[in-house]
Amino acid sequence: MAMFLLRRLGLMILTLWIVSLIVFFAGQILPGDPGRAILGPFAAKSSVDALDTQLGVNRPLLTRYLSWIGGLFHGDFGTSYTYRAAVEPFVRAALINSVKLALLAFVIVVPLGIIGGVIAALYAGRAVDRIISVTGLSLATVPEFVSGIVLIVIFGVELKVLPVTASAGAGAGDLSQFRHLILPAIPLVFVLFGYIARMARAGTIEALNSDYARTAVLKGLPETTVIGRHILRNSLLPTITVIATQTGYLIGGLVVVETLFNYQGIGNLIFKAAQAKDFAMLEAGVLVIGVVYVLATLAADLLLIALNPRLRIGASHD
Amino acid sequence: MTDITADPGSAPLGPAAGGAVVVTTQRMAPARWRLLLRRPTFLVGAGILLFWVVCAIFGHLFAPFNPLAQQLLSSNTAPSGTHWFGTDPLGRDVLSRVIVGARDILVITPLATVLGTILGTALGLAMGYFGGVLDLVAGRIVEAVLALPAVIISFLFIVALGPSITTLVIVIGFIFTPLIARTVRAAVLTERHLDYLSAARLLGENPARVMFAEILPNVMPAILVEFTVRLGYAVFAIATLSFLGFGVQPPTPDWGSDIAANYSGLLAGYWWQTLFPALAIASLVTAVNLITDSIEQVLNA
Repeated sequence: MAMFLLRRLGLMILTLWIVSLIVFFAGQILPGDPGRAILGPFAAKSSVDALDTQLGVNRPLLTRYLSWIGGLFHGDFGTSYTYRAAVEPFVRAALINSVKLALLAFVIVVPLGIIGGVIAALYAGRAVDRIISVTGLSLATVPEFVSGIVLIVIFGVELKVLPVTASAGAGAGDLSQFRHLILPAIPLVFVLFGYIARMARAGTIEALNSDYARTAVLKGLPETTVIGRHILRNSLLPTITVIATQTGYLIGGLVVVETLFNYQGIGNLIFKAAQAKDFAMLEAGVLVIGVVYVLATLAADLLLIALNPRLRIGASHD
Repeated sequence: MTDITADPGSAPLGPAAGGAVVVTTQRMAPARWRLLLRRPTFLVGAGILLFWVVCAIFGHLFAPFNPLAQQLLSSNTAPSGTHWFGTDPLGRDVLSRVIVGARDILVITPLATVLGTILGTALGLAMGYFGGVLDLVAGRIVEAVLALPAVIISFLFIVALGPSITTLVIVIGFIFTPLIARTVRAAVLTERHLDYLSAARLLGENPARVMFAEILPNVMPAILVEFTVRLGYAVFAIATLSFLGFGVQPPTPDWGSDIAANYSGLLAGYWWQTLFPALAIASLVTAVNLITDSIEQVLNA
């Protein structure tokens, strides 16, 4: 058990290290000179060079990587070229905003996806199952900006029942802010529904075909008891893993949704940083996403172990 | 739906059949395709896809207007007899732009998916077959790529290399590689201890031959399903990147970038400028998914 956790932690750190390498070196191949980008095309070559030296972007690659990584351990995420200020407060504020939006999406989609998947499994192979599965798969691959626009047209422009921007503005109450987040959360719900329903369906079908389910039916338990007590518990285990791994996709979706609904979250921050070639901001934002993903998978692993005693013994697999 | 039982070819997909699988699978292939043609979901999906392929290839011949021609006097006009889908802020015909806009996405998507499938299959075969250090190292890189959303990795690299069709194909292809490799690896692992592989190993065949001539045909169904699933995601990714301004560039007609250019007009009531390209994307995605679902059903039958 302790070995398993240690191994898991080691792999997690290894993954994060590779993420940091990808992020850092992708940032380095961006063409264009940060000093030039800030000062504009008409600035003198000497002042561009001076700014580059001040920013430290013309040091050797390895030196820059080491100082960047070293800074991260001290909570120093670097200095934004566009804002001329420390990156950390921007990333922190954006992350908090995104977490609010993501939580709302999860609260809606998790029960919905599980119910959909279980229903599909109970009617496996029949029309209800095909409708849920194909709808889920289609919603999952319709880009968020497409469903977002349809939602804006219907609820924001035609029916005028929900606000079409995500921020309620400064000083707005929690309830108002919540209302503003409903419309942006729905495209994320659409994308995640298919995955969760698919896993819940597969898990339920497996549980339905198991010996213990057959025993429960044969000893005369009512169908609702069999499903509620014997099937759901076992079928939901793989679903937890999927929910955790989907946080990565969720954050990708945030880029689009936050841009479309003009919300100051982490996706919007990364998008704007990429447009402005603001390396420090970009690297910090992407790295934070990597950390969130790795932590989510770890949390899912721990939850699985807590829920499934079998894993506590045979937990040596990867 | 019950025609599944008529297919005797379903059994050889199981692991027990050993070396005979290759031959049997190949012989059964035509029967499987005929089975596919009897599925209404497949026919609808293939029909929609075919429609967009025709638009992509011949669209410029039958589009009612030149998709680039601006008529500033008739800008933002609602759908009418002359302009079925209305016009955009520059007075360009939305219907013509939707028809011709099929081209770039239908070129980039399959090329990127094919690239990712070829690289991913090679990597997955090697990871599954050799295992050990290679599997561990490649596995960590796969995990690291999975930790970052595709859209975010793409625009890291697209900003660096500049948005062009070639860049999009390469970037999306490379992002798909680890995802496909993971599926192929899993499929290879179920094959690894089968008799035909032990036999091949005892005969001293070289690893490349074992991987590509012996294992590959047996994991082909898994790869085919993965390919069609990825095709759907490629449409998603390309459309999203175009919407964010990192994909197909204006004034080239493209659904994603046209939506980005016009969605602010929604609040003024010009819904036709964004709704029709949006429906085009949704219909293409749905078509690919209907095909994916049918292939999966037939292969699992």
